[in-house]
Amino acid sequence: MRKLSLWIPLALFAFFAGLAAYMLTQEKDQFVESTMIGQPLPAFALDPAVDGLPGASKADFTGRPKLLNIWASWCTPCIAEAPQLEALKRQGVEIIGIAIRDKPADAANFLNRYGNPYTRIGSDRISEVQLAIGSSGVPETFVIDAKGVIRYQKIGDIRPEDVPVLLAELEKAQ
Amino acid sequence: MIRWLFALVLAVLAVPLAAQDSMPPAPYAYNQLADEKLEAEAAALMQTLRCLKCQSQSIADSDAPMAGDMRHQVRARILAGESPEAIRGWLIARYGDYVSYEPEVSSTTWPLFAIPVLVILIVAGVLLRRLGKRRDDDAGAKA
Repeated sequence: MRKLSLWIPLALFAFFAGLAAYMLTQEKDQFVESTMIGQPLPAFALDPAVDGLPGASKADFTGRPKLLNIWASWCTPCIAEAPQLEALKRQGVEIIGIAIRDKPADAANFLNRYGNPYTRIGSDRISEVQLAIGSSGVPETFVIDAKGVIRYQKIGDIRPEDVPVLLAELEKAQ
Repeated sequence: MIRWLFALVLAVLAVPLAAQDSMPPAPYAYNQLADEKLEAEAAALMQTLRCLKCQSQSIADSDAPMAGDMRHQVRARILAGESPEAIRGWLIARYGDYVSYEPEVSSTTWPLFAIPVLVILIVAGVLLRRLGKRRDDDAGAKA
């Protein structure tokens, strides 16, 4: 009995070594999720990011659930999600954009090349609103209900399979 | 030989695809506050906040544009009279405990604080019993 208990430290060591080896092979989740889900949007009012489109403010999120898309012209995955935003727009979804650290000319150039799915784009030059809603990168997409409450967050570019998910979340936010 | 040199030159000149913006940094990203005491408060807080882009660095250490924007938030809020702990709380409300390097007692982190106390109590208990036993044995041997 006593001899058996001598093996306990080794067994513990083997357990932790095994755990470490297992965790090393697991993919690390690098995303920091927003803890603002279920909270109202903080008050904000951003200047227009491009000529010809209005800026964005909290007051624009009324009437029906809308998408808030955090993007930037310098962000490569934002190019990849452009067709999906276009598809959502065709389904009648209103998408309000917030351009992070962007110049008007660069943003306009991006919209000319990849299409404009937005009804409004606010210019967030110092990531102020991005930090206020708990977004940690570009692109990110939030579902905002008609009362201005954040209901869902999609981190990263919207893939084709994410389009029905976002439509369902918009439906749920009704 | 020439071909290798050419390849080497190309490799050196190749610019990695940078997902960086060309905007100037936020006013307080790289500028200290004029008031030394406030700057010291801001600097101490920035050392304990995680950069969300480069998650193993504090926002004081990181050159990511987003870390600069977070430093601007910290300094601007300190200047506006907010306390460092209120600013930490503001960020935790948005990003969870993960954004802070200062361990907080919460529903998920309490074992970190409870387990060491528990271990010390168990060890103290075992020691007391053993030492007590030995003293009894010694007393028994002498009698």
